[in-house]
Amino acid sequence: MATVSDNVMKFFRSSSHPAADSAVPQKLSRRSSGMGEISRLLNSQEGLCILDMGATSASNIRFFTGKGHKNYSEDLLRSSLDPALRSQDGAGNSVVDSKKFLQENLVYPNAQFDIVLCWNLPDYLEESLVKPTIDRLWSMMKPGGYLLAFFHTREAGPDSTCYRYHVTDKDMLEMQEVKFALPGHPASEKQSPRLQRVFNNRHIENLFRDFSSIKFFLTRDAIREVLVVR
Amino acid sequence: MDAPQTGEGAHIGKSVVIKGELSGSEDLYVDGNVEGKIELRNHSLTVGPNGNVKADVTAKAVVIQGKLAGTVNATERVDLRKSAVVNGDVTTQRIAIEEGAFLKGKVEVQKEAGKAGVASS
Repeated sequence: MATVSDNVMKFFRSSSHPAADSAVPQKLSRRSSGMGEISRLLNSQEGLCILDMGATSASNIRFFTGKGHKNYSEDLLRSSLDPALRSQDGAGNSVVDSKKFLQENLVYPNAQFDIVLCWNLPDYLEESLVKPTIDRLWSMMKPGGYLLAFFHTREAGPDSTCYRYHVTDKDMLEMQEVKFALPGHPASEKQSPRLQRVFNNRHIENLFRDFSSIKFFLTRDAIREVLVVR
Repeated sequence: MDAPQTGEGAHIGKSVVIKGELSGSEDLYVDGNVEGKIELRNHSLTVGPNGNVKADVTAKAVVIQGKLAGTVNATERVDLRKSAVVNGDVTTQRIAIEEGAFLKGKVEVQKEAGKAGVASS
């Protein structure tokens, strides 16, 4: 049985190292209706090709390959930060060269993927890359294929935490904060990428206008889930 | 196998550069630069933290701590440590990926007879 002094010591041990506690990356969970729909497809078919555009996730690879599917990983947000991709536009602004970007990334045959997991990529990707990336994804997906993307709502501020997503169950995701050494900052100073913009529903519909259908799922955490069918 | 054991397997040090085809019947630890093809049918390959391999690899087990560009075909398992940077497709029965490892490519888990493939962190 713990004595009073043990309990007092436990209190001090648990409260005296805030820095150590905050150093542990916080993981949150959220239910995902879009992932729930994708899971129904994953459970009804075999040998699907899935493109995960988040950071490499052991959890996602386990989830998809465990069901007999092929998992492709391509961390597009990290790739877009490569300084070698930057050039100057007509007005002298530094932008990512979308042609060069697509020569080095998302290089797959046409109509290869059944499922594309964009997660929150469009909200964090530089403006010059968003539309060309979605157009490339359209060409890489099979007709009838699903694409899942998350968009912040207007309530989200520019400093909203950027998360990566790990699939833990058919409709459950674990969220883990993303931190990179951003261009122009020392490698030791890792920061969360900044939200580039907030799309309204019309912008989202325009972005996916070449796809055959689009479905919105409203959630409580200032995120809209969008499930698009090629 | 994190580091080479004295007297066990072959060791390519970090100042060594090899271009061509490597094959063998013992475990191999690469901490240098290898470009070409590596074939160790019944043995394991470890790419050390300084290793930079640009090759298609066939082995029983592959542990990656450094950089590898090419396809990896491991009959038993692949282990990507937190410092691993892999560009290429991986085919294996089991894969373990540490938090922080980078993989750009396909993962295909081939089931063992009577068992399911597993990926873990």
